[in-house]
Amino acid sequence: MAHGPATGLSRWMFTTNHKDIGTMYLWFSFAMFLLGGVFALVIRAELFEPGLQIVEPNFFNQMTTMHGLIMVFGAVMPAFVGLANWMIPMMIGAPDMALPRMNNWSFWILPFAFAMLTATLFMEGGAPNFGWTFYAPLSTTYAPPSVTFFIFAVHIMGASSIMGSINIIATILNMRAPGMTLMKMPLFVWTWLITAYLLIAVMPVLAGVVTMMLMDIHFGTSFFDAAGGGDPVLFQHIFWFFGHPEVYIMILPAFGVVSAIIPTFARKPLFGYASMVYATASIAFLSFIVWAHHMFTVGMPLAGELFFMYATMLIAVPTGVKVFNWVTTMFKGAMTFETPMLFSIAFVILFTIGGFSGLMLAIAPADFQYHDTYFVVAHFHYVLVPGAIFSITAAVYYWLPKWCGNMYNETMGKTHFWLAFLGLNLTFFPMHFVGLAGMPRRIPDYSLQFADFNMIASCGAFLFGAAQILFLFNVIATIRGGKKATAEVWENPEGLEWTVASPAPYHTFSVPPDVK
Amino acid sequence: MLNRAKRLFALLLGPAVLISISGQSLAEEVERWGLNMPRGVTPVSREVYDLHMLIFWICVVIGILVFGVMFYSMIVHRKSRGVKPANFHESTKLEILWTAVPFLILMGMAWPATNTLIKIYDTSESEVDILITGYQWKWKYEYVNQDVSFFSNLSTPVEQIRNLAPKDEEYLLEVDEPVVIPINKKVRFLITANDVIHAWWVPDLAVKKDAIPGYINETWTYVEEPGVYRGQCAELCGKDHGFMPIVVEALPEAEYEQWLAGKRQEAAKLRELTNQTFSFDELYEKGEQVYLAACAACHQANGQGVPPTFPAIAGSAYATGPIANHLSIIVNGSPTNPAMRAFDGELSEVDIAAVVTYQRNAFNNNMGDSVQPIDILKFKQGQ
Repeated sequence: MAHGPATGLSRWMFTTNHKDIGTMYLWFSFAMFLLGGVFALVIRAELFEPGLQIVEPNFFNQMTTMHGLIMVFGAVMPAFVGLANWMIPMMIGAPDMALPRMNNWSFWILPFAFAMLTATLFMEGGAPNFGWTFYAPLSTTYAPPSVTFFIFAVHIMGASSIMGSINIIATILNMRAPGMTLMKMPLFVWTWLITAYLLIAVMPVLAGVVTMMLMDIHFGTSFFDAAGGGDPVLFQHIFWFFGHPEVYIMILPAFGVVSAIIPTFARKPLFGYASMVYATASIAFLSFIVWAHHMFTVGMPLAGELFFMYATMLIAVPTGVKVFNWVTTMFKGAMTFETPMLFSIAFVILFTIGGFSGLMLAIAPADFQYHDTYFVVAHFHYVLVPGAIFSITAAVYYWLPKWCGNMYNETMGKTHFWLAFLGLNLTFFPMHFVGLAGMPRRIPDYSLQFADFNMIASCGAFLFGAAQILFLFNVIATIRGGKKATAEVWENPEGLEWTVASPAPYHTFSVPPDVK
Repeated sequence: MLNRAKRLFALLLGPAVLISISGQSLAEEVERWGLNMPRGVTPVSREVYDLHMLIFWICVVIGILVFGVMFYSMIVHRKSRGVKPANFHESTKLEILWTAVPFLILMGMAWPATNTLIKIYDTSESEVDILITGYQWKWKYEYVNQDVSFFSNLSTPVEQIRNLAPKDEEYLLEVDEPVVIPINKKVRFLITANDVIHAWWVPDLAVKKDAIPGYINETWTYVEEPGVYRGQCAELCGKDHGFMPIVVEALPEAEYEQWLAGKRQEAAKLRELTNQTFSFDELYEKGEQVYLAACAACHQANGQGVPPTFPAIAGSAYATGPIANHLSIIVNGSPTNPAMRAFDGELSEVDIAAVVTYQRNAFNNNMGDSVQPIDILKFKQGQ
């Protein structure tokens, strides 16, 4: 019973097919990546030289806020959900996601959330201007009127994430092909299973905190208003109880992607599979007990400060295990360096550098000097850009031939990699220096001593942005044509997704495969 | 511009230069380029610096080892050299080893970090106490039990920020009135905020503490070298977050006492002034200065504001209506718009009288009336 996709717009509107929905997630995420990137370039253009030249300070704050929100909630998270939709059913030998109609819905509410969020730019008083961390009371008593739309948008994104997570958990736990035991699942499936639990645990906390903001703003409560007996620091505790697991939500699936790609191109099985699973679970657990390391300067008691410092330092252990396992996987392999491998190797190196600065930030007394400076900006961009973004890019190059049946242009892919690699390091490495030398984050203008490095960072940012156009071009060209890919695509890759034809048929594994 | 291009070029050559020079001069180069955290001028700041460098070098060593193995593999174990891949994929011994060793390294870091943190948290036995309050977008310093308090505003002229005048050396890091502290004494800072959260940060002192409305945070310093130390607000606090610097002037004790006595005299003089009567021109002239320091950040130097949050003064119902309403919104703040805070306590009676006179007559408001400082006092007492 061959039955293909519907035609025209209704195919995309009403689809319950995991591949179609995965595709929509990925395109949506790329659109948001470009939008958030444009906001970042406005920031970098203003910071090219000291003085105010392009935008006013208030608009600058709107740009930093929107850049953060769009990249976190619009680019990185939907991209991983898109990859999960495409790959998890194919990796575990399932015909589709467990809850296909909800799958459609959890995607289709996202464009509305982001349309609403972006629309705030055109509202009276401007878009949210209080940073993506929206600390009260700047985001409540002192916020522009558009904050209400921001709150509504966050609610919708949260609902979408929670539904997506339920779907992923239900799929992984119920729809594995016979013989696919938990400890046989590809690491990407494992990391997503753990990520989905993190999402279900913390998205309601985010919903709670924005609801409390809503109450403070419109219904006269004082959750976060000291004058009414409330507590501005309470906001930060709740926010970071969501926020810290959130940053692992953005990196755990990346670990899964890289753990799939490195063995393929090293032609050697992943080293320490079981320890990778345990390390992921440990990181997820630790993510719940380290939130206040974002708040070392709020004036916590010494005991609290010490607890969060020690707990945070502990994260270095499982993260180190992961890096050591990847390196050992490469050791004594027979490596080739196609585009996905290049991005994955850059991931391991640059993510480790981001991990090092993370370890430095964990040391509370030193954090007093780093906190809220460009050193922090450098740190989290080193874990998010070569971390999340590079892994997503690697995943697209790695699985694109499976998705559309054509090979991408390797030369263009490698050019994309080197431009992005150079641009990224030019942008973010100098930020370590200006941060240590004393430049606070989120300022539209700076003193003259920071001028040189800011100029370099701005040049790098435009280079990085331009490299993404090449990526877009390469992907579109690959979808439209190119050398036909074989079912295996690469040399003996591991996983069920390579046992189906390229492009993957609209329906795969209607009959469960044999799992060895 | 050309000069900067040259410096950029030099910077790109930097790594080569850095390798060719050694030891002491390396440290100097690092400082000249602003690559690292300052060592600072207090015992705590030096400890923090040493801690920072310790962790940094540990990370560098680990990095060299890990990346070394990686690059070795990438060079030697490549398919193009015709190698056959090995098939090992598990070793419990290795996993235990690389769990345990990092754990021990972390313990080695945690020990000195804990010691330093305990020192930083010991705010007891201070000799000078200063209450610091963050405002949008300035700092207030009150010397506890000394009858001395003042605001510290950014003093960089707006022309420099707008690129209409060349920027001076301390661009954006200069204030009209620095906070003065004595050297070789334990100075305790009590830090709070009036509106949103700010953070008081001076890198040379290794002091950063959030200023939070409803909280009074404590921290301290012990400066050993006289000098001027500059910092900035470190927590996003709205539009002019980047424009509320901190300048600390550390003086030898005798000079500090002299400065303190001078400030006390000023305060006494100000109280006298409240009872004086000023001419319209005196009030208007003084009012313009007060306006630029206290009002212009939101309402703009031309009085046009940035509606809707920061309404215009030109033609405003307050500035062109009954004086009592005008006084009320300045003294008590706006009941509906939190951005317009109460300026009672922030501005003296003389300042309020001057700025009200100025607002009612500048920007084509031309009301022709004025108020005296004593009227402000009466207004406050009459409430």
